[in-house]
Amino acid sequence: MHMADALLSPAVGTTMWGAAAATTVYCSAKVRNSLDDRKVPLMGVLAAFVFAAQMINFTIPATGSSGHLGGGLILAILLGPYAAFLAIASVLTVQALFFADGGLLALGCNIINLGIFPCFIAYPLIYKKIVGRQPSSARLMTGSLIAAIAGLQMGAFGVVMETTLSGISSLPFSSFVMMMQPIHLAIGIVEGLVTAGVISFIWQARPEILEKAAADQPIGALPIGKVLVGLALVTAFTGGILSWYASEHPDGLEWSMFKVSGQEKLAATDGLHHTLTGVQGQTAFLPGYGFKSTHEGDSGRLGTSTAGLVGGFMVMLLGVTIGLVLKRRSKGDHSHSHPHDHGHSHPNHHH
Amino acid sequence: MSSKIDRAFYDIGHLDTLADGDTPLHRLDPRAKLLTTVVFVVSVVSFGKYEIARLLPFFLYPAVVIGLAELPLGFLLKKLLLVSPFVIFIGIFNPWLDREVMVNLGPLAISGGWVSFASLLLRFTLTVGAALLLIATTGFGAICMALERLGTPQVFTVQLLLLYRYLFVLIGESIRMTRAHSLRSFNAKGRITYRVFLQMLGNLLLRTIDRAQRIHMAMLSRAFTGEIKIVRQFRFGYKEACFLGGFGALFLGLRLTDLTVLLGRLVLVAVGK
Repeated sequence: MHMADALLSPAVGTTMWGAAAATTVYCSAKVRNSLDDRKVPLMGVLAAFVFAAQMINFTIPATGSSGHLGGGLILAILLGPYAAFLAIASVLTVQALFFADGGLLALGCNIINLGIFPCFIAYPLIYKKIVGRQPSSARLMTGSLIAAIAGLQMGAFGVVMETTLSGISSLPFSSFVMMMQPIHLAIGIVEGLVTAGVISFIWQARPEILEKAAADQPIGALPIGKVLVGLALVTAFTGGILSWYASEHPDGLEWSMFKVSGQEKLAATDGLHHTLTGVQGQTAFLPGYGFKSTHEGDSGRLGTSTAGLVGGFMVMLLGVTIGLVLKRRSKGDHSHSHPHDHGHSHPNHHH
Repeated sequence: MSSKIDRAFYDIGHLDTLADGDTPLHRLDPRAKLLTTVVFVVSVVSFGKYEIARLLPFFLYPAVVIGLAELPLGFLLKKLLLVSPFVIFIGIFNPWLDREVMVNLGPLAISGGWVSFASLLLRFTLTVGAALLLIATTGFGAICMALERLGTPQVFTVQLLLLYRYLFVLIGESIRMTRAHSLRSFNAKGRITYRVFLQMLGNLLLRTIDRAQRIHMAMLSRAFTGEIKIVRQFRFGYKEACFLGGFGALFLGLRLTDLTVLLGRLVLVAVGK
């Protein structure tokens, strides 16, 4: 499941973005330094394969629902961890932009949840250890199944942690965990079965593909420890600073606003002072900022909220009007020309 | 089911066609649009969980962009609806868990949970909408270029471009496979069993790997050195600076001051309340 912008706080979102960006830079350097530019087209095309594969669903017997490939583990098996991480990150980028899955800020979380765990934990530490150099169908099945389940469980736990730390959803940690982990157990089993099935198919049809993929990454030479330690440090560092900042001051921007307004108050005229208390009254109305205390008059708070809503709707209406006017005007401008008829190339025709 | 595949395929193509438009907004340097979108999303997300009123002015930005770039509102809304289930699924627990009454509108008592649920839906619409608007005004190739100019490693952006280029080919292939299957399986009504599914996927993967090899050879024979050169030139000029600076200042202003209450008070005073 994809993390969504709407559930994220800026501190959590930017921390995960930082971690995802650092890992992307590190993996890109790894792929470039391996001097294997043959891999770059393979990465791109296999990432496109994951999309195409997700379009095919199979019916799960006796449930009425259908399953499809998630893709993280299979990319790790075919490309090795570094290249697979980049491929997964690019799949998620395209999903965030075109399918509106999650959003741009949540992209960092999604890359960590769905990229790091399968590539740097489930594949090297579980799948490779079980399957080894001489795959058999039983080993492929066990390895894929356990690796896929473990990867998705960690990913789901990541979603729970990010959501809880952000505090936008009211779901308590424990019940969210109890909800997400079993769902992802089912998803993980499907993912494991599909991955094992497809890899077995490839192994029977063209064993050299898997042998080559396995040979490209000598076992034991992967500095997984270094990656994880680096990642943990980055996360702890940024997370620590940001959460300190966030807990000390409920909200960084809010805090800086009060700091600024506090200084301004000293020299403020009555009008400005009045405005600023209005601003403070409004923020105090909001829960999380002491909303639920009732020692102030209800009518005053309700008045502020009504004013806020009225003002908000007005600006929104203004925006919609501006949008409509602009649209009408630009339509008028172009009515004689046909902007879409120019010979722009379309990817569809670029096979 | 195959109509669902066709639909997704059509949607990507449609967004891409929109990005081919030729309006002042389409002509802006992609970096300006990318950075503006980032400022927008961070501003929206940084509000407290019960905020509603101060999120509303942020609809100004999508309205202006849709107007300027001549985008079809209905299509964008439909895309938003399609992906809303996860956020609704998580958010709908808020009214159950947070029952403390927050606002009294006459006889109607509204709990904090409903307020935060409404806020969640607004955030969702704004943030996801912003991402869709970015792609519909910029196009994927230009976004990749912007990412590269902003410091993303080239291996990653080249790979993104290749993914996008071959997305259409491979999706077309999987559409043909499922169509062929459903034409040959009257009794199964197009349903695909696990065994058949694996064979289809395995075949698709083998074809994909072979295709990747052919692509690589073709690229090498055309002097591929690890980077893709884009002919289209972009310049971060004063228009871009105005766009980014103007909207950036607006978002920060809306975030740091409370225009809505001031405006609302003015209106309420004007109508004599």
